[in-house]
Amino acid sequence: MSSQTTVTQNTTSGKSGDKVFKGLAYGAGIMILVALAAVTLFLLVRAMPLLTGSQKANEDTIVSFTGGQAHNFLQYVGPLVFGTILISALALLLAFPISVGIALFISHYAPRKLSTALSYVVDLLAAIPSVIYGLWGGIVLVPHITGFWKWVAQYLGWIPLFKGPAADPSRTVGTVSVVLAVMILPIITSVARDIFLQAPRLQQEAALAMGATKWEMIKLAVLPFGRSGLISASMLGLGRALGETMAVLMILSPGMSYSVKLLQASQNQSIAANIAAQFPEANDLGVSTLIATGLVLFLITFLVNFIARKITEKARA
Amino acid sequence: MSDSHPTIDFDKFKPTRSYIAARKRKDWTMRVFIIAAFVIALIPLVSVLWTTISSGVARLNLNFLSYNMSGVVGGNATPSGGYGGIVHAIIGTLLVTLGSMIISIPLGLMCAVYLVEYSHNGGLARAIGLLVDVMSGIPSIVAGLFAYALFNTLVGPGTVNGFVGSVALSLLMIPTVVKTSEEMLKIVPNDLREAAYALGVTKQRTITKIVLRTALPGIVSGVILAIARVIGETAPLLIAAGFISTTNLNLFSGRMTTLPVYVYQEYSQGLATCSATALQATPPCLPQIRMERAWAAALVLIIIVLLLNLIGRLVAKLFAVKTEN
Repeated sequence: MSSQTTVTQNTTSGKSGDKVFKGLAYGAGIMILVALAAVTLFLLVRAMPLLTGSQKANEDTIVSFTGGQAHNFLQYVGPLVFGTILISALALLLAFPISVGIALFISHYAPRKLSTALSYVVDLLAAIPSVIYGLWGGIVLVPHITGFWKWVAQYLGWIPLFKGPAADPSRTVGTVSVVLAVMILPIITSVARDIFLQAPRLQQEAALAMGATKWEMIKLAVLPFGRSGLISASMLGLGRALGETMAVLMILSPGMSYSVKLLQASQNQSIAANIAAQFPEANDLGVSTLIATGLVLFLITFLVNFIARKITEKARA
Repeated sequence: MSDSHPTIDFDKFKPTRSYIAARKRKDWTMRVFIIAAFVIALIPLVSVLWTTISSGVARLNLNFLSYNMSGVVGGNATPSGGYGGIVHAIIGTLLVTLGSMIISIPLGLMCAVYLVEYSHNGGLARAIGLLVDVMSGIPSIVAGLFAYALFNTLVGPGTVNGFVGSVALSLLMIPTVVKTSEEMLKIVPNDLREAAYALGVTKQRTITKIVLRTALPGIVSGVILAIARVIGETAPLLIAAGFISTTNLNLFSGRMTTLPVYVYQEYSQGLATCSATALQATPPCLPQIRMERAWAAALVLIIIVLLLNLIGRLVAKLFAVKTEN
């Protein structure tokens, strides 16, 4: 930018500089379009051999990836999609009530001075790199949470989700969702907090004046106002959880089934973690297969983010 | 019912004592739940920070910061007296991040300039706005796959180097830069632009000399926060930049280790095997060494990320331009 300015300063009028600068700005805008088109295009091109290439070779690749459990792409990607959605949905389920609680605490319960400090703490949680969450989950959380999962399996084992025996070490979907919940917590919290702070003051004061308790005031005047915002916030969180690689890769003991046994090891695997795990050893066709699963992931996150955006737009209108 | 003055029994409308008590109880329950939610969220944060610091400090010394991993075998000590280090990963992280900054900052900034100053909210601007949103939702591993696919198609098969990683990271960085810069440009008061135009200043000079200069602290802070976000990315670099144990200073050729990838690699290799004699040697062979290295590298990474966050916030606070509202 600064070189741009020095060039134009030498000319008598800024007209040409004006044009160049406008062109640059337009170009940058169009580059965004091009970049996203390129992402889709290059991924499609690299995934192409899966459709056009020899079906026998494709089958061999997938069989070698899964140890004979899957024979075509749909059989391969199906359990992965299921695992991805299961892990993310669980993480969202765990994170959502806590995030809303924290957001309400910051916006309505904590003293003003404290609430800015608390916002920083939440931001800090968002700043920690995912690989460190993975490391922490794998080394610290897994041994500590195993006892808890065993207790759950013993007393709640009649619910199919918590069917025992709980794995030890608990490198399971349950543990992974706890870590993912921690990771998406700050995203949901920060959006929810902003929305709760915007809730109309007059209505809140009116509710209090009518004798409502604080919780009733929140239920009557704050939560209804924030409903669509909360939905889009949780969609954003879900989008983040769907694409999370490292925490899943470093904690989960992977499997390829449609199982919902949260406490048993080797049941599910997510698309992102599967790509990272298989990529280093994959051959050319293997890379194509993995890129195709990446495209599926891209499609899922795109849909989730798109829905989130539509909901916020509707709320604004 | 012919009586024109019905007698109203107001006592009927009085809430019962138990009802009031129930409402109060509910209020308290929710208060406790909300405070508990906050405490629950603090547990992992404190635990992550504490374990990283306490486990990382053990291996974090000058030797660790000044050597790379070449010549490190299992848990054995190197001739320098240490157990390998992360200098190659630090250099890799800096170079890859620098590469992605060079791509994404000008592009993101100019895109924001276009959106705020030139687009007049036309169709193209709305399309770009939507796509920036889509881009910010791209899973990081897909960004890595894209960079890999791009360079493999254009340059040649098996192209894995630092710059491929930079491209992957810039895909993740651009949306953040665009969004924060856009916000910052929007809050520059219109009076400033109009005053400049009234003096006959060209649009380009108005933007570079007045609008961008006014918004600079906010933009710098946004960019630093964006850097802090991508510097901890692991998955895309695992695919695009690879892993190597020696120091690579060339961004455009050869694999390049970055700090997050280093943490992952050390973690995934598990315990080192040590023979009985090696365990007794001085300095001894340490079976746990890889975890210790992973924690120490994680500590360095966390320090870098938190410092960047701190600087970003300070810049925003200290140099903020006072606007009328």
